Amino acid sequence: MKHPLDEYLRIEAFPTIWCPGCGNGIVLGAIARALKRAKVDPDKVVLVTGIGCAGRMATYLYTDNAHVLHGRAIPFATGVKLAKPDLEVIVVGGDGDILAIGGNHLIHAARRNMDLLVIMVNNQIYGMTGGQVAPTSPLGAYTTTTPYGNIIERPFNAVKLVAAAGANYVARWTVAHPIQLTLSIKECLKKRGFRFIEVVSICPTIYGRLNKLGGAPNMIKLLRKISVVKKVPPEEAEISADKIVCGVFVNKDEEGYMDRLIKYRERALRT
Amino acid sequence: MSGRVEFVHGDYACAMAAIDAGCRFFASYPITPSTEIAEYMARELPKVGGVFIQFEDELGSIMAIIGASWAGLKAMTATSGPGICLMAEAIGFAAMTETPCVIVDVQRAGPATGAATRPWQGDLQQVKWLSSGDYEIIALYPWSVQETYFLTIDAFNLAEMYRVPVFFLLDAVVGHMREKLVIPPKDQIKIVNRKKPSGVPDEESRKRFKPYEPDPETLVPPMACFGEGWRTRCETSAHDEWGLPADNKSDVHGALVKRLCDKIRKNRDKIVKWDIAFCEGSLDYLIVSEGFMARICKAAVLELREKGLKIGLFRPITIWPFPDKELREVASKVSKKIFVIEMNYGQVYKEVTRFSENVELIPWLSYEPPTPRDIINLIRERI
Repeated sequence: MKHPLDEYLRIEAFPTIWCPGCGNGIVLGAIARALKRAKVDPDKVVLVTGIGCAGRMATYLYTDNAHVLHGRAIPFATGVKLAKPDLEVIVVGGDGDILAIGGNHLIHAARRNMDLLVIMVNNQIYGMTGGQVAPTSPLGAYTTTTPYGNIIERPFNAVKLVAAAGANYVARWTVAHPIQLTLSIKECLKKRGFRFIEVVSICPTIYGRLNKLGGAPNMIKLLRKISVVKKVPPEEAEISADKIVCGVFVNKDEEGYMDRLIKYRERALRT
Repeated sequence: MSGRVEFVHGDYACAMAAIDAGCRFFASYPITPSTEIAEYMARELPKVGGVFIQFEDELGSIMAIIGASWAGLKAMTATSGPGICLMAEAIGFAAMTETPCVIVDVQRAGPATGAATRPWQGDLQQVKWLSSGDYEIIALYPWSVQETYFLTIDAFNLAEMYRVPVFFLLDAVVGHMREKLVIPPKDQIKIVNRKKPSGVPDEESRKRFKPYEPDPETLVPPMACFGEGWRTRCETSAHDEWGLPADNKSDVHGALVKRLCDKIRKNRDKIVKWDIAFCEGSLDYLIVSEGFMARICKAAVLELREKGLKIGLFRPITIWPFPDKELREVASKVSKKIFVIEMNYGQVYKEVTRFSENVELIPWLSYEPPTPRDIINLIRERI
């Protein structure tokens, strides 16, 4: 039997390593659907991921792909894009990968308005290593390294950070918004410059257990309950354990790095 | 030798050769004494359709050149010891993913921040043992501006041939020293490009294509790059020949690690380079020295021989793989003693002690390089 997304998936690598109820499959599905709907040639797509649960996504999309070092997907992807500008280069990573160990590359890629689509799957915890506190763990969250409840590490708001650094496109969805997420990715595939989508995900196996959230279905229900779609500037894109503001907060069409590179080369030849 | 004559320092010779070797991507972070390479690339690469990008750190610049290499370009970065430290994990990544790339290390005095503008031959063991796990790299070490040019071309060729990160070790003394450079005509420069998979990618051939299936002769897999239609995989985790994660298959992992090492070890005769001077006939003494220090030693050896001393000079040019077999052959003729003279506290010395007990280290631990007279005095004190 054939699945409508088979042509975009590396079937021989299935089943995935992800736990039952993990949000990563929803993100993978959204990427594959967006590529299909945007009629993007899979030969012209490179999926680059770092390390972590979301980092394994590069195994499953049937395009050229790269599973690289922890935190270094963005600079690797930058090298790919600069070397072959006609490729659509997509980075997927977890919140630890993109925001903690790779945080410096994130803000600099946004500053450059580098022509990349970065999808950050935010499950608010280090899942693969067994549940340590992440730079996105909400205040009050229980993790294996905040065993008394997180009243000590304040979380990042990635939307505000990336918007402030100058990205062309900044959005936030949750895995309870698969349709909006797919449309958002599809919209990004046509855009230039740095595009950033935060996807608030669920980790029922670890985060859910440690915080007594009652399994995947309940966690999805909770996401729906606490999230609200709003058309607001990024400064108002709040995220906490009680409230997640979703939507598209930045959607500009400023020159991307590749546009400026072409102009820069012309100037070099004239000088 | 005919060709265009320039009067440049080693950093520029390296950058010029890189472009002549086909390098079209350069990413780096500023660090003394390597910055002139970045500045040259920033000026010249845009004119030939190449890309220069200054990264936010060395972790980024090394990853960007690896990414660019996977997208089909010849790529290089340049840094110094502290920057090499930050690239450690990515060197293992380049070895694991068999990525052709060139890493220039213009060495400065360490450890840590050390002394930015001062020479030291302190990174020779560092570049070999940088990352975790078992893997092999290649490291080349010139002693002059002219040799910097030729060896930089070799560095790219070796990287492409063996799909391996190649270190290019420069002394701050050579990097910042101006001397005559003759650039041969283009048709006299041998350029090697990575081997590509045979055939055309289509639905059928793609299904059969294994990105990490080695050529049985060289043990090097042909390289499919991004955007060529092979749907290839660059995989940092232990992987099988399909490039799929195999981090639960110890036999696959073991075979991979063995091949990553063997593709260099078994081809070492084709890779190693060395230089000998005054070693014909019987020898009482031998100096082993590398980089610019060997050049000073050569002048000293010449004078000592004029005085009747039977002394020769051996210079490893590939530090890795180390020309141990070749050195052992010369060393077997030495009746009295081998002196290893280097601007560190015993790095090549360690390699020589692996097969000879009759060896003494003469470390030169000073910012000021020795004169040939200093070397002569050091030898005279010991014989």
